[in-house]
Amino acid sequence: MIKWWKILSAFIILYTLVWGMLNPVPHLDILNETIRNVYFHVPIWFAMIFQMGLSVVYAIQQLSKNNLQLDLKSNQAAQVGLFFSFPGLLTGSMWAKFTWGTWWTFQDPKLNGVAIAILIYLAYFILRSSIDDELKRARISSVYNIFAFVMMFVFIMILPRLTDSLHPGNGGNPAFGKYDLDSNMRMVFYPAVIGWVLLSLWILDIKTRLAQLTQKYDEA
Amino acid sequence: MSKQQLTQLLKKEFLLEFRQKSTLAGIAVYIISTVFISALSFKKIIQPTVWNSLFWTIFLFIAVNVSSKSFMQETKGKGLYNYLYYNPRQFIFSKIMYNMLLMAVLSLLTFFFYSWFVGSMVQDMGMFLLALLFSSTAFSGVLSLMSAIASKANNNMSLMAILSFPVLMPLLMVSVKLSKNAIDGLAWSVSYNYLLILVMLNFVVIALATILFNYLWRE
Repeated sequence: MIKWWKILSAFIILYTLVWGMLNPVPHLDILNETIRNVYFHVPIWFAMIFQMGLSVVYAIQQLSKNNLQLDLKSNQAAQVGLFFSFPGLLTGSMWAKFTWGTWWTFQDPKLNGVAIAILIYLAYFILRSSIDDELKRARISSVYNIFAFVMMFVFIMILPRLTDSLHPGNGGNPAFGKYDLDSNMRMVFYPAVIGWVLLSLWILDIKTRLAQLTQKYDEA
Repeated sequence: MSKQQLTQLLKKEFLLEFRQKSTLAGIAVYIISTVFISALSFKKIIQPTVWNSLFWTIFLFIAVNVSSKSFMQETKGKGLYNYLYYNPRQFIFSKIMYNMLLMAVLSLLTFFFYSWFVGSMVQDMGMFLLALLFSSTAFSGVLSLMSAIASKANNNMSLMAILSFPVLMPLLMVSVKLSKNAIDGLAWSVSYNYLLILVMLNFVVIALATILFNYLWRE
């Protein structure tokens, strides 16, 4: 059965790819055309955070219900989230090269936050692979998942508001949403967010089904 | 939860520690030799940032090393015994409280030797000690839970480091920033934000550890 939202996500992303490159944008100092990155970089991060949040929700459910299917979904969502962090990092890095003049800087709490997020989820997968018993693995990795997500949340959401950041939207820098995002850009940005989140759900759907099939095959 | 059982558990921790004096002595030697190595290799540190980051790096490794063993002695038989007699909240509380005390003492010891060998640069001692105290309590909260996780996963020492380093990072960033302010002798009003966040993180970490340990505990 073909689900409508999968087709929708493909169309939306195609639309943002084409119209994101063609539509008129405000030409601000330094930013210039690089402001178009907001159609790609930001929605990809939203998709990543969405998937990691989903992973935590499944982990909480897993702890209360002790259902291995939930653990499988939690694991897959974490994998999709980690996968999305790489294009997010790449687009951000390219943008930084043209506006800040460097590919990477350790001064920015958001950049550090992402590096930490990647490390946390790599640690999560290592933890998973080091436990053999399925039920035990489900429980322990869920505990780590929840704890790590909260700490990451503190790092990404609270600390940047305290310290100076180069990032738009922090430390006195104008946020895209506040000043620069005109109605033309909104026409692309909001659909792009929906499109990328739907795409991440699509990938999660395929990965979950594949993992379930592999599990069945292994048991048989 | 009864206070009596909690004190019982705490007493057990202390007894176990002092019965095996070699571990405590081992930690002290670990601290002194690490500080000595850094003193030898750096000769003299002029920059406050370098002083600060080296101190916190040493402290991070000591903290992880010390707390990694806090659940390692819990064998399967003992686990069953504890499961029958105590509730998980008391158990993790006793571990966290014990680790807090140990970590606070060790952080002071590290600071003492570090200022002795490398030289002290701290201008605002009160703020620095506050930063040290609150960070060591928050560290012990995180590391107690991580130690419990690692002990369930085959007691792997390297796993402990892999699991706890990224999770400790937000905490460490706040501590580094706060102690940097103390080193520079900035006014307390500048540091209030960070102190507040550090105290808040303490509550978050301990609350989370207590809630989540419930689920680790069941075998």
